[in-house]
Amino acid sequence: MKGIEVLKRGLITENPTFVQLLGMCPTLAVTTSLKNGLGMGLSATAVLIASNVIISLLRKLIPDKIRIAAYIVIIATAVTLIQMILNAYLPDLASSLGIFIPLIVVNCIILARAEAFASKNTVGKSALDGLGMGLGFTGALCIISAVREILGSGTIWNIQLYGDVIQPASIITLAPGGFIVLGIIIGVINAIKGRHESKAAGERG
Amino acid sequence: MAKEIISIIIAALLTENFVMVKFYGICPFLGVSKKVETAMGMGMAVTFVMAIASMITWLVNHFFLQQFNLEYLQTIAFILIIAGLVQFVEMFVKKSMPSLYNALGIYLPLITTNCAVLGVTLLNVQNEYNFFLSFLYGTFAALGFTLAIILMAGIREYLDEKAVAAPFRGFPIALITAGLMAIAFTGFSGFSI
Repeated sequence: MKGIEVLKRGLITENPTFVQLLGMCPTLAVTTSLKNGLGMGLSATAVLIASNVIISLLRKLIPDKIRIAAYIVIIATAVTLIQMILNAYLPDLASSLGIFIPLIVVNCIILARAEAFASKNTVGKSALDGLGMGLGFTGALCIISAVREILGSGTIWNIQLYGDVIQPASIITLAPGGFIVLGIIIGVINAIKGRHESKAAGERG
Repeated sequence: MAKEIISIIIAALLTENFVMVKFYGICPFLGVSKKVETAMGMGMAVTFVMAIASMITWLVNHFFLQQFNLEYLQTIAFILIIAGLVQFVEMFVKKSMPSLYNALGIYLPLITTNCAVLGVTLLNVQNEYNFFLSFLYGTFAALGFTLAIILMAGIREYLDEKAVAAPFRGFPIALITAGLMAIAFTGFSGFSI
């Protein structure tokens, strides 16, 4: 498999959020503003690349029976490092993401990539896979958080959009809005995918 | 003290419900909420793990990590404790309740990566709860999770998927259902003693 295909798979065809439906907790919790969504996505991407590379390097040394425990320790170490870096250099972002930074440890995307990809592939490919999946996750978070920020706060990246003309619906940035916006986005993506597939089937037949 | 206990219980069950308001534990909430019976089993297993994990992590944090200024190891230490505990629960359920063990399937070992469990242990530290309050918060936050997952399963048992537009069947309609439930839970916001 070529590098570019590994990247494209993470970004589009096997997008961790919209297609594989993994890592729903941070997806719903931090997407109240574009800034938070992007920050969370990039932090998770950094952890994903680091853990994929380390696990791929050690894949012949880790005994099969305790591999999950070993992966969790490696991931937790990477998350602790990222948490320290964020606290030191981006304290505002760190405080607005709060407890969801240490909770990257239990983000299923990272453990899933460790088990399904990094434990079986070379270091270079694993790094690319981490980058692709991470950017796919980041892109998904950016789409959801942009929709929620525009509809719920009437801003984008903290810039006022419609002044005093329209009062935004604040429930979109609250918990119910998170569930409903994500449900509608996934439904729309399913509809687009369905149309593509039936078109492709029509051309073939 | 009594007032603090009651306000923690109300917050954990209703106003700051772990699933509906704080978004912890969404994976099992959507994955195991098709039948009320399995949802209840899942809720009980998570409650057990969260109550015990709250106590053990408090002891480890207080008597070991804080004594040696190792607080930065919290995340790593806590996730290892939780993983060990889940392994223990899995062996216990497999031996004493084989039917529940089969019904929960893959979701039982996945309690390790349920962010509600790691989340509650980290929140206990953040809120500086003592041993008893940590245990209390862990237990009632888990019961809040149980309440949400049972309500969701009750709704989904009656949901007629054929009536839903094809692209929205399955996951999207479950999310929208959860959203409507969450609107009901925001009705409790502001309720305190």
